[in-house]
Amino acid sequence: MNLENFLIMRHELVLTIVTLILLIAELSISDKSKHKIIPIAIGLFTINLIIGFLPTISGSLFGGMYQTTALQVTMKNILNLGVLVVLFQSVKWLKEEENKIKISEFFLILFSTLIGMQFMISSGSFLMLYLGLELATIPMAALVAYDRLRTKSAEAGVKLILSAALSSAVLLFGISLIYGTTGSTYFNIVGSVFTSNSLQTLAFIFFFSGMAFKISLVPFHLWTADVYEGAPINVTSYLSVISKGASAFILLIVLFTVFKNIVEIWQNLLYVIAVSTMTIGNLFAIRQQNMKRFLAFSSIAQAGFILLGLMGANITGMTSVVYFVFVYIFSNLGAFGVVSVIYYQTSKENMDDYNGLYHTNPKLSLIMMLSLFSLAGIPPVAGFFGKFFLFTAAAASGYYWLVFIAVLNATISLYYYLLVVKAMFINKNDTPIAYFKTDTPAKISLIICVIGVFIVGFMSIFYQYFQSIGFGI
Amino acid sequence: MIDFSFTVLIPLIPIFVFLFVGLVGHKMKPMVSGIIGTLGLATSAILSYFTAYMYFFRVGKVNDVYQSFVGNGPIAKTVNITWLQLTDKLHIDMGVLLDPISVMMLIVITTISLMVHIYSLGYMKGEKGFARFYAFLSLFSFSMLGLVLATNIFQMYIFWELVGVSSFLLIGFYYEKPSAVAASKKAFIVTRFADLGFLIGILILSFNTGTFDFKSLTDIHGTAITSGAGASFLGLSVMTWSLIFVFMGGAGKSAMFPLHIWLPDAMEGPTPVSALIHAATMVVAGVYLVARLFPVYALSAPDGLTVVAYVGSFSSLFAAVIACTQLDIKRVLAYSTMSQIGYMMVGLGVSKYGGEAGLGYMASMFHLFTHAMFKALLFLGAGAIIHAVHSNVMNEMGGLRKYLPITHVTFLIACLTIAGIPFLSAFFSKDEILSAAYHHNRLIFVVQLFVAGLTAFYMFRLYFRVFWNKEPHYHHTPHEAPITMTIPLIFLAIASIFAGYIKFSHFVSSDSIPFESEIEWMNVAIPSIIVGLIGIGVAFVMYKKESNLPDKMASGLKLLYVGAFNKFYFDEIYLFVTKKIIFNYISRPVAWFDRHIVDGFMNAIAAVTNYVSLKIKGFQSGQVQQYAFVFVSGAILLSVVFIYLFSK
Repeated sequence: MNLENFLIMRHELVLTIVTLILLIAELSISDKSKHKIIPIAIGLFTINLIIGFLPTISGSLFGGMYQTTALQVTMKNILNLGVLVVLFQSVKWLKEEENKIKISEFFLILFSTLIGMQFMISSGSFLMLYLGLELATIPMAALVAYDRLRTKSAEAGVKLILSAALSSAVLLFGISLIYGTTGSTYFNIVGSVFTSNSLQTLAFIFFFSGMAFKISLVPFHLWTADVYEGAPINVTSYLSVISKGASAFILLIVLFTVFKNIVEIWQNLLYVIAVSTMTIGNLFAIRQQNMKRFLAFSSIAQAGFILLGLMGANITGMTSVVYFVFVYIFSNLGAFGVVSVIYYQTSKENMDDYNGLYHTNPKLSLIMMLSLFSLAGIPPVAGFFGKFFLFTAAAASGYYWLVFIAVLNATISLYYYLLVVKAMFINKNDTPIAYFKTDTPAKISLIICVIGVFIVGFMSIFYQYFQSIGFGI
Repeated sequence: MIDFSFTVLIPLIPIFVFLFVGLVGHKMKPMVSGIIGTLGLATSAILSYFTAYMYFFRVGKVNDVYQSFVGNGPIAKTVNITWLQLTDKLHIDMGVLLDPISVMMLIVITTISLMVHIYSLGYMKGEKGFARFYAFLSLFSFSMLGLVLATNIFQMYIFWELVGVSSFLLIGFYYEKPSAVAASKKAFIVTRFADLGFLIGILILSFNTGTFDFKSLTDIHGTAITSGAGASFLGLSVMTWSLIFVFMGGAGKSAMFPLHIWLPDAMEGPTPVSALIHAATMVVAGVYLVARLFPVYALSAPDGLTVVAYVGSFSSLFAAVIACTQLDIKRVLAYSTMSQIGYMMVGLGVSKYGGEAGLGYMASMFHLFTHAMFKALLFLGAGAIIHAVHSNVMNEMGGLRKYLPITHVTFLIACLTIAGIPFLSAFFSKDEILSAAYHHNRLIFVVQLFVAGLTAFYMFRLYFRVFWNKEPHYHHTPHEAPITMTIPLIFLAIASIFAGYIKFSHFVSSDSIPFESEIEWMNVAIPSIIVGLIGIGVAFVMYKKESNLPDKMASGLKLLYVGAFNKFYFDEIYLFVTKKIIFNYISRPVAWFDRHIVDGFMNAIAAVTNYVSLKIKGFQSGQVQQYAFVFVSGAILLSVVFIYLFSK
């Protein structure tokens, strides 16, 4: 094997090198100057992001275990971009006194999970997929329990690891059944022989349950609320945006390649799951007062919308999913960014605390409003186009009732997103959150989000690019 | 190949100015934002002139036919991007279309807009919201430029609405004045109502032809024209219906009868705005729209053109009669605008496609061009008068020629121009329209000839009452306007005199092939000159000095006078229809239904949603073992159901 072939894996390799450099840096930097890790880590990660945009090479490695095309590269780049935003938003939090000694852990763990996700996206075999999955999940528990002195954070960590263990078990059971019935773990071989007999259907549903756990689809979603609430805000945003986006990408690839023979089954399955996910996610979100929980539940509902695009099962569906996740990253991270800025400035995270925010912090309020509008899908911001394309994909495949239910749900979600906007702009408050200056890294991240929310909607070039690299069944 | 990509900057510069002045304008000195706005527009104007030079004299003409440039072509390149790909064939683009009329409109818009920008530096000085005014002017310029450069009917529609919004904002500029607020709302609602027709027209048209692009719509060998007629409905083809609906939008913007009622009220806006939007540019958008789709009208829906001609002709007569009785000088000018736009519509309406028969098309565009110059001049002159005497009403004016020499001379030039006095610009353009009408529809010709006389009369009535007649008692002596205001007046006066010498038919024609047009002295020109002179003569006798002749006339034609003075009660009719009939018999029941049935239903849904969400809270207990239970039972349930239902 030629050494240059490893360039195919450059995303994972570069990120691994970055992680290793950080590990060494952590060892060689004295305790007093640990905060220097932050610029080093962000700088290295930016380089990694840029390298990711170098021209694509398609190919496969390790006898088909690992494979990549322009589609996979784009997905990884989207995730990298989102992670950069998360990193910027975490700076202020990491600089807090209690986090001083464990700054580098945050980066090391986070990068490890990202490597895991990237391996999953590029996997060509169930084994690889499983390895990536574990790499993406187990360190995540450490990340969730990062504020170990806070009981809730520690509890969330334990809950995640327990639930994840269960879901992994079910997923592995599914994979073993797949291997048992087809004699292979390679996607291309499994894909060509997979049928809809009872055992294979069972295998598929078990496998799907494991994936659904990652994307937090109903009824595999119950861990999310506690974990999202317990975890530090920036970890929550990483979990609910990046990790969820990555899992959606993987599900997209697997469904469209491995399980293309049983498209009828998974379309019906997704139908049920999509309806329940959207509805239940919304019903929970509607009652939340805690902004973090609120965004977490609304992200469950958003995951339900993603399924609509998957069900399109053609190139429009695939394009719409990639596009939606791309947009969703900006809009949700915009909202999370504002919540985290406010929390680490004032320790307030309830909706009531936001009353009258517009009068004291108009810029933050406007960014929040834009992000929420984008999440709700109000034109002309990008979120509208994201939802619009998802609905188009589902409608084009004849799922009119589903689209109708989705539109109803979008209306419900509009209601609770507007509740926040109303709090900020209309509600009166005698003691609103006082004016404060946002720290520069968070400011940069918010600007990136706002630009994303505006530009992506108006520039059709993104959609066209995704379409050019996508494929259907 | 010539790269015309820079033309996209012509509309983009004003929008950047709008964003800049709009966002940080309040932090600067007002005059600075005014100057930024003016410089931005000057840049656009220079680019427009350069584009026009390149287009008309260098690259536009190939084998004696003016080409239209969209996107990447063999000769020239403009910006055109696909914005929304709706289906494989149907897509909405955003781009720049260069052809004779769009390039001509660039000149008109940037010239007038620049003049208005300069003029407002003086006129609006010291007003509250000076920066806001310039921001809105820039927004309007952007929208209007985007409208004329649109490559497809949908892009045009988007900018069409933006123009409406800018107009709304500018009419309501003095938002503390209730009448201004009412006027801005009225303008917005009436034009929006008309735009509904436009949208329906667009939808039918694109459904029928499968395209939004002007280039493929107006391609005379294309499917849109050769086989686009479609089924017939109520005796007219689908194509005709769609174009009539499109014209409805045009009629709303261009204040054609019976959608004209907003225009006189729009005069509540600052006078420079009236000059720019409600005289020279936005109100001719309807004419431009019909001209843009002219090949479709002429070749596949001639009945649509007949409608255009009669609506135009009637509006022009109707408005001219009202203009004779109004006392507010801006309202006289507003009705005059409506009447002149009627002329342009007549020009299009009586025109045929191609060569000499397309005279009306050329004349209409020509008149649009000259009208922009002299009508802007009239409005800006009126602004100078209002600036001097602080009133809009004629009764409070008189003898102003002594105090406002520059305004007086330029205003006189404009009045002579609009009256069709030979060798001033409107003489040429109006006579071309009359010629076209003479050859294709004698009835309309006679009406338009009469309107020409009325035009001369009401304009000189205005002129004599303001500048001659008896001087009322002025509270303080009127003074000439500052230099920033007189420069645009002088410039536009020169343009009004000489614009007519442009050989317009060499540049603009229905089939883009230049042709020769001659003035028909015997049949058209001489009668129109005579009629014009009669009009001026009557005005001279009645209004040069104070006399009781006008009152005698008014009581002699009492019914007509009272009717015209009250604008034939059209506002009242609309109010009656909306308030009495629609509100009482449609809105009330609908509102009741909405409040009790729809809201009740919605509230019930909301209550159920709320209840369910309260009930399912129990699932979220915080117990991991329960989560695991739900997880596993969910997986098993799904497995059972799907194996049972779908497995083979």
